[in-house]
Amino acid sequence: MENETPQPPETRRGFLTSFLAGITALLAGIIPPLAGLGVLLDPLRRKSTLGKAIRVTTLAALPSDGVPRKFSVMTDRSDAWNQFRNVPIGAVYLRRTDEATVEAFNVACPHAGCFVDYRNEEKKYLCPCHNSRFNIDGSVQDPKSPSPRGLDSLVVEVRNGDEVWVQYQKFQAGHAEKHPAI
Amino acid sequence: MINWLDNRTGFKQILSDALFESIPGGARWRYVWGSTLTFTFFVQMVTGIMLWMAYSPSAQTAWESVFYIQHEMAFGWLLRGVHHYTAQAMNILLVLHLLQVIIDGAYKAPREINFWFGIGLLNLVLALSLTGYLLPWDQKGYWATKVTTSIMAITPVIGPSLEKLVVGGAEYGHHTLTRFFAFHAGLLPAAVVALIAGHIYLFRRHGITPKKPLQRPDAMFWPDQVLKDAVACLAVFAVVLLFVVKGQILGDGHLGASLGAPAEPSEPYAAARPEWYFLFLFQFLKYFPGENEIYGALVIPSAVIGLICLMPFIGRWRIGHAFNLLVMFGLLGGIAFLTFMAIAEDRSKQEYLQAVVAADQAAERVRVLAQGPTGIPVTGAVTLLRNDPLTQGPKLFAAHCASCHRYDGHDGLGNTVEDEPSAADLKGFASREWLSQLLDPALIATDKFFGKTKFADGKMAKFVNRKVANFDDDEMEQLRKAIIALSAEAGLPSQSEQDSAESEIIQAGTDHLLDDIGCADCHEFHFEDEDATAPDLTGYGSREWLISMIADPTHEALYGESNDRMPSFSPDGILSRKEIELLADWLRGDWYTPATATAE
Repeated sequence: MENETPQPPETRRGFLTSFLAGITALLAGIIPPLAGLGVLLDPLRRKSTLGKAIRVTTLAALPSDGVPRKFSVMTDRSDAWNQFRNVPIGAVYLRRTDEATVEAFNVACPHAGCFVDYRNEEKKYLCPCHNSRFNIDGSVQDPKSPSPRGLDSLVVEVRNGDEVWVQYQKFQAGHAEKHPAI
Repeated sequence: MINWLDNRTGFKQILSDALFESIPGGARWRYVWGSTLTFTFFVQMVTGIMLWMAYSPSAQTAWESVFYIQHEMAFGWLLRGVHHYTAQAMNILLVLHLLQVIIDGAYKAPREINFWFGIGLLNLVLALSLTGYLLPWDQKGYWATKVTTSIMAITPVIGPSLEKLVVGGAEYGHHTLTRFFAFHAGLLPAAVVALIAGHIYLFRRHGITPKKPLQRPDAMFWPDQVLKDAVACLAVFAVVLLFVVKGQILGDGHLGASLGAPAEPSEPYAAARPEWYFLFLFQFLKYFPGENEIYGALVIPSAVIGLICLMPFIGRWRIGHAFNLLVMFGLLGGIAFLTFMAIAEDRSKQEYLQAVVAADQAAERVRVLAQGPTGIPVTGAVTLLRNDPLTQGPKLFAAHCASCHRYDGHDGLGNTVEDEPSAADLKGFASREWLSQLLDPALIATDKFFGKTKFADGKMAKFVNRKVANFDDDEMEQLRKAIIALSAEAGLPSQSEQDSAESEIIQAGTDHLLDDIGCADCHEFHFEDEDATAPDLTGYGSREWLISMIADPTHEALYGESNDRMPSFSPDGILSRKEIELLADWLRGDWYTPATATAE
């Protein structure tokens, strides 16, 4: 008996059994990956909470000669299970364009997200990664710069006479157009 | 016993299949690469799992747990070092293995699928390197990985969603680490194991690709080739160990892999670079301006991988093999050239070199703080640096003070400032030396003190120039003691020993200050005087005094209406209370220093 190999059953019954075996295995095996898929894809439901105006500094902190200065953007932040009070979430360059008007740029290079550095000797922003250069007004300085667009300007409001509020936002890197990060 | 086990498992057959594979032409050194790769992967599995036992992936614990492995746990530095450098060895060995396979034509039919498995393994190992780079959550890994995920986001259509899935949300945080860790320690190694199994199975099925002409008669894998493989593995490991301890040999004292300062999103990191074997890609991106980035970042690299995958078919043509060789050496030459360019450019770039020095200093400082009496708080090591006067003071000074003041002639961070100083140099403020110089007729009106301020010909300067300049020896002695007494008000850490040893001089100096040399004519000093016209010297240079001074020099107890140009940093909202405290502590030299360092 032991040496006798079982023969495949006749076709119709065989098909039914194969079908049932397939369905049963699928039912048994599908739920765990599906449950995992929910957690795997969960980040897609999380929208960027950036874009609200945040008080960054006061006019008095900005040099009157229009030299840009870097400021940390401090606000409350939630990171998954944690809530943080008043922590740095990023940084901006602010400069006065007039007595009471301020220009703001996100420090992230629109090429690949490195932190650009303002170099006062050259009156230029320089990206330390791939050498993109930007003029003091944020525009790309030379066509060889890898950055597809100028530094990302941010909406600034001067409230109550001297408070500088910035709508801190991030934008997608690598495009000539400025698209907010999702 | 052995037979009992063999009856039930057949392990003897498996073992003999494994060991007695025929090698045409006998054992050769050139066949060792595959074994060294298997060996390095094994090393990574072992060290990786051991690291896992001590690693904690979250934004507040990743750096901290790696720090603990590196500096506190027994042989932690060795474990991390071996894992770090073996990863690099693996990349080199993979390229050598690939090169040899192509040179020997081992990719040709029927071995195409095995060749693709190999290419798959190469990509998986690169992915392992990339994900592993972020896990310590230091500035280097954080900023370099941000570049990688930004580039991922330029993939057409799915890019932004892909980035979000990888990052675990819209921002870098806890879930970035949990995901990278799941990839690094779970998915990717599982895929590597599967591909290695397939790779070795297919290799055994097709046999070795012998290098003609055969030099010796055929032999078995065991023992000659095994010996050669073992020697090669040992050599690889010896090189890895050499790199782990190279800091000791070269004398910088660092053991194992480096660990930078903890990731800080608001802190620039101009030294951000990928691991050296990715530098060619980093350099490559510099040549694609504007929206062409996608070609340099995604299209061309994918096309090259695609071309390599087609090599088995190309190799069938008469000149195909030569073409493949040409492509391979061209690629390697290009990679070597780009890597060289990237390194050469950085070596000549002042900003980069400065950034590396600053990064090393921050890394060393956070190590000192984390090993200090407070240890690492639950908020993470990043708060150690945020609250450290030595770290933040110079930056705050450079940003807010150095347009007028200097610190030892520079801007606080060590940079020279183009414009002339227009207020006092604050290095050593309120120290005995600083006060002696301030009260020196030859120095008070120089740029180092009141030279460029409106006090250059004020009452104080007049007093020094007219009175002090004509002091006799007794009065000079009184002044010397008064300076010691005034400086003691500051309670500077650098003078604490002197101050407590010289309490008698301080007592005498206080009397001279009040009664003899005329300070009390204008200044208050532990007494109320409504007619005082100059800053109150009670607690001069102390933490509270300095905080009030920076916060608001126009306060009536300080310069009041006679304040020159100094901003009122607190009422004007320029600096927060915390920032003013950090500045004051830094100016006073009041920061944590380990006991051993002060003894030196």
